[in-house]
Amino acid sequence: MSLRSPLRLLSDELIGRIVAEARDILDKLGTRVQNPLVLDLLAGNGARVDLGKSQAWYPGELIDRCLAAAPRSFKLYDVLGDETHDFSGSKVHFTPGSAALHILDHDSQTIRKPGTADYVRYVQLLCGLGNIAAQSTAFIPADVANQVSDSYRLFLSLLYGEKPVVTGTFTIDSFRLMRDMQLTVRGGERELRDKPLAVFSCCPTSPLKWSDVTSQNVVDCAAAGIPVEFISMPLSGFMAPVTLVGSLVQHTAETLSGIVISQCARPGAPMLYGGSPAAFDVRYETTPMGAVETQMIDCAANEIGKHLGLPTQAYIALSDAKLLDAQAGLETAMGATLAALSGINSISGPGMLDFESCQSLEKLVLDNEICGMALRLARGIEPREDFPALPLFAELLREGHLLIADHTRRHLKAEHYFPGRVIDRANLSRWREDGCLTLGQRAHNEVDRLVAAWRPSRLGGERKKDLIALMEKEARRWGMDKLPARPVEA
Amino acid sequence: MEILKQIARTIEEGDAAAVPRLVGEALAAESSAKAVLDGGLIAGMNAVGEKFRVHEIFLPDVLLAAKAMYAGLDVLKPLLERAGVASRGRVVIGSVQGDLHDIGKNLVGIMLKGAGFEVIDLGSDVSAVGFVAAARSHEARVIGMSALLTTTMPVMKEVVDLLKKENLGGRIKTIIGGAPVSRDYAEEIGADAYGYDCAQAVERVKELAAAS
Repeated sequence: MSLRSPLRLLSDELIGRIVAEARDILDKLGTRVQNPLVLDLLAGNGARVDLGKSQAWYPGELIDRCLAAAPRSFKLYDVLGDETHDFSGSKVHFTPGSAALHILDHDSQTIRKPGTADYVRYVQLLCGLGNIAAQSTAFIPADVANQVSDSYRLFLSLLYGEKPVVTGTFTIDSFRLMRDMQLTVRGGERELRDKPLAVFSCCPTSPLKWSDVTSQNVVDCAAAGIPVEFISMPLSGFMAPVTLVGSLVQHTAETLSGIVISQCARPGAPMLYGGSPAAFDVRYETTPMGAVETQMIDCAANEIGKHLGLPTQAYIALSDAKLLDAQAGLETAMGATLAALSGINSISGPGMLDFESCQSLEKLVLDNEICGMALRLARGIEPREDFPALPLFAELLREGHLLIADHTRRHLKAEHYFPGRVIDRANLSRWREDGCLTLGQRAHNEVDRLVAAWRPSRLGGERKKDLIALMEKEARRWGMDKLPARPVEA
Repeated sequence: MEILKQIARTIEEGDAAAVPRLVGEALAAESSAKAVLDGGLIAGMNAVGEKFRVHEIFLPDVLLAAKAMYAGLDVLKPLLERAGVASRGRVVIGSVQGDLHDIGKNLVGIMLKGAGFEVIDLGSDVSAVGFVAAARSHEARVIGMSALLTTTMPVMKEVVDLLKKENLGGRIKTIIGGAPVSRDYAEEIGADAYGYDCAQAVERVKELAAAS
């Protein structure tokens, strides 16, 4: 068994104080909730509400009751119904960053709006990235009506890929269709509840506010048994206290209020204690996701979530760089490493550049290797037939090497992570003879190779047809005669 | 023949226990020793070499396959000698004078044997005179030299120069390898080839042997 302890940035005493202060804020200041139905729901469960001011206050006993009802773990399943995620303990899973407006075009090295063909290529690529366990609805195709852009992303992901999907919606209206797509894949409400297929991101608005849309999404997801991840986004020094502890107090209050809404809607509704907090750079007026302070808040928020006994999530393995450059690598690797050592259950971010605004397929390939190394690191060091050491060393001295020793053969692939071709481990001569390829070129070659290796999802043909019918109907509702052409058959 | 394909597959799997039995079955089914060598043992090792080159398998898999191949070769060797079947050619290898590092050279030797060459391994700290004398006495087609130190690299040039001086340059080819050397260095000293790793070294030796 590994002796590795999770990374700790907070003492138990400090966690207790942060949680107590957050509860005090919820009790005395409360949060805005701009949805009358959700306010009614809260009032019916013991919250104090002011419908006129759209305000809710959360007494301690309500918070305690909801925390007690919240599940300590849950699992995710792919489109075929096979388990892919176990959100429990310190188990770590990676997910691409979600909902980018742009992609980095490799050929032109420009940041541009993506289309359907880009999205399908993304899903095809992701099928071949073994260290990224889930899809996300990673970017927003610009060739469909805005009103269907949420559901369209989920549609393409479910049509072309098999991995479960981290997604979300920016409208109340889209939720029903996105739920129906999942029901189509699973075959029924009970089946979807038993084997969740997607996680919906639900974001409170800092400071201390739940919008009409997001609070309704939380309730709708709970009712349907669809897990949510709460994405509180305090911005240190701007829309949150400049101190990291102060930002954590705000993050805790916002997330606890989400847990209350969720558990009031349906006790036991699955959820991740998550977030996308950020430092605010007062020089550039930006929210750097690669800042060390951002990553510290993420890891500390995970400690608080674990202290409360909940599975966790964070937006942490990503970069603010605009190209696939050294900054992109260092920020992503630092975040992924810290997150894995912290035991954050769902780590979001791979592929993402430019403050969560730009996805890059080539960066996804690189990040898949970062994730692989981080997952290896998280497994830690443990003895494997290493004691007594004498026989193995006697064999080493006798044979001159251990390359084909039984011990080596049994443990090589478990002990050593072998990255793909994007990571250069060739000697100088081989690297030269292979064409002196840069990281970007190697990554692009891998994108091409993995997309070419893609095979259609094994989801049944009838269910694929039903998905297409659902999407076409929705598109027509918003004035689209037909959906954009898809580059390959699903 | 199916049995030869099975031998090749078994070599790829590194099953040293099964290969001699399969070789026996192939001979009993009236395959010639040469056919078993080419269609079974060498075909299997060629497939292994290609998979290693594209990282489908790793070095331990190659070495295990080589071990399985040797197990089959032990059965074939007396028959091949009796039938007068020559090996693919003899290669003299060694680490150059002053250099005691031999891991890379040993790996090349193992893989050359796997490719059907007869390997005369002179060990480490081998002088230019030693290389040339051994190549001459064993009638080798190729001399393979390894160096890990920049200080020992000049011995490689001494070997090339000595072969020229003794008018053996056309008949005995040279290949060099090791961390400090490069294709440029090979060209600079007049060596016939350079291998950046074991797999490439084997490919280059095949080319040299075919040309000599």
